[in-house]
Amino acid sequence: MRDFERPKAAFFSFTSCEGCQLAILSCEEALPEILKRIEVVNFREAMSERSDDYKIAFIEGSVSTEEEIARVTKIRERADFVVALGACATTGGLNCLKNRFPMDDVKRIVYGKDAGQIETVPARPIDSVIKVDYRLHGCPISGKEFLAFFADLVMGRSPRTPNYPVCVDCKMAGNICVFEKGMYCVGPVTRAGCDAICVTYGSVCWGCRGYVDDPNVNAHRETLKRYGLTAKGVAQKLDLYGGKKQ
Amino acid sequence: MEKDLNINIVEVTRIEGHGNIVIDVRKGRIKELRFDIIESPRFFEAMLRGRRYDEAHHIMSRICGICAVSHTSASLKAIESAMGIRISRQAALLRKLAFSGEMLQSHILHLFFLVLPDLVGAGSIVPLLESHPELARRTLGLKRLSNDICAVVAGRHIHPISLVPGGVAHTPGTGELKTLKKRLEDSFRELDALFEFLSGMPAPEFRLEREFISLKARGEYAAYAGEPFSSMNYPMDSISFRKRIKEYMVPHSAAKHAKSPRGTYMVGALARVNNNFRQLRPTARAIAKKAGLVPPLTNPFQNNMAQLVECFQMTEDAVAAIDKLLEMGPRPEPLKRPKAYGTGIGMVEAPRGTLYHEYRINKDGIVERAECIIPTAQNLRSIEDDLRGFIPGILHMPKKEISGLIESLVRAYDPCISCSTHIMDVRFV
Repeated sequence: MRDFERPKAAFFSFTSCEGCQLAILSCEEALPEILKRIEVVNFREAMSERSDDYKIAFIEGSVSTEEEIARVTKIRERADFVVALGACATTGGLNCLKNRFPMDDVKRIVYGKDAGQIETVPARPIDSVIKVDYRLHGCPISGKEFLAFFADLVMGRSPRTPNYPVCVDCKMAGNICVFEKGMYCVGPVTRAGCDAICVTYGSVCWGCRGYVDDPNVNAHRETLKRYGLTAKGVAQKLDLYGGKKQ
Repeated sequence: MEKDLNINIVEVTRIEGHGNIVIDVRKGRIKELRFDIIESPRFFEAMLRGRRYDEAHHIMSRICGICAVSHTSASLKAIESAMGIRISRQAALLRKLAFSGEMLQSHILHLFFLVLPDLVGAGSIVPLLESHPELARRTLGLKRLSNDICAVVAGRHIHPISLVPGGVAHTPGTGELKTLKKRLEDSFRELDALFEFLSGMPAPEFRLEREFISLKARGEYAAYAGEPFSSMNYPMDSISFRKRIKEYMVPHSAAKHAKSPRGTYMVGALARVNNNFRQLRPTARAIAKKAGLVPPLTNPFQNNMAQLVECFQMTEDAVAAIDKLLEMGPRPEPLKRPKAYGTGIGMVEAPRGTLYHEYRINKDGIVERAECIIPTAQNLRSIEDDLRGFIPGILHMPKKEISGLIESLVRAYDPCISCSTHIMDVRFV
């Protein structure tokens, strides 16, 4: 058998909590196996070595400064394959909540009289700046989904993204619908793949994976109203992860 | 020593977030010394403004993937104190259990993934998997266990799910808790092995008298619960904390610096062990003594060992919480509803130190104002002071070694830069 040359991969973090990279480090048992398949040349959170020579780039976080726009563009030039890691990268995520206000107000709210030394632009998903080849959704990404995607990637299979709503996962998990429990959720318009873990653990679907393709948002808006949410409440339910819904 | 030295470490690696170290020494005197924070700010205060109270913990958890349980807990405590909610004993025990899991997870991650490579002269854990397979297996096992503690209680560690205003929305089964307890008891073996290894690698010598601030609790080692306490012993509580601690901007940092009435102070594992030594459980205290970690502590490099002492403490705490839960028989409980509105404060000991959230919530349950004080922001001044004190003593070394030691010192603080920039105190105006 010919010696297998491991593709070089790099991990980058932009505006984010770095939780998606941590979710990968939390695939403890799989780490040695992963490292047999790819050569990690950049992962600042966990290693000192760095290199600009890589084929695959994993990018966590939204783009929210001019410097980040330039940096993500450079990464795209160097990589053959770009993977967006998690909600901040795929939809803009929670970062986009600041976009509801003018940027000058946002800076003043947080930094007061020192606002002048802070630079920021409206937060956005990375595909609003560069072409993205694959998206791993969620806040944070699911380790299980990452490993499945990773297997596809190194086997040369084309990875698939679920295009059905969280309700499907939720039924499979045997959950009682949260609307039956007097709560509200956005599962019917949100992309699945999370095993509806939030509902399983007593919460609701917050919409972190973005919309399914062709979501019937208007119908869901009516449902939320019918269950007693005000128009403002409906809007807030839908915009929490709503920078740009995939 | 009349030496010139220019050090510019761009993006210190193996720390959480983005920071540079700039040092300029002329004729043996430090002209300039900065720990630049270059992380992109995220403006959480602005994000939270106008959102419902029952979204706040979900949003604030996203400040940091590593200390998500801490931010969630501080957020919940602030919401619950503003809204007159008292959670049940079972809910408090479950939250404490998740909290132990996170502290354990964060410390193991820091010690194994970030610090250990320094000790064996590697750039990352990757070579360790081959050179120290047994140690790697043990620590990865410990990390798995700490993740599983959070998973059993809260669904997952990174952005916990079931920790919500009014209690805990999911009840673990008796079987799950028993399995966890068994694994925790077995894990002391692994912790012992890690301790043996770390004790064989003594910390660099460096002493500087300092003020330590941490929470302190009656009858337990402060983590989820407690009131702020200074080793200088002046009066302070959660209400006066924000007045005592002054935060201020410096030009080179997107994170604020902080000072106490006495000036520079340190928070984190070393501060907690120093301030709460007598509350340590027996095994953890024995380990602390064995490691020479007996107050008053002065060497910031010992923060690594203090974290390991806390791994023992958190494991014992987790077992004790599970014992109480099993005795009570965990059962599903309704969440407590809000009874009031107003301003509330929530404080916890995050893995990296004292964390403060304060919100004002109006009668419609909408957050009008949010303010936070973050552990790493509180440590930035201390990191710079320590570097200033430490560098003159190592100037005779080759530049590469000096850089290495400087990075190790910064790393010993386990800075979490995402946290420190992603939110800063600040009032909505």
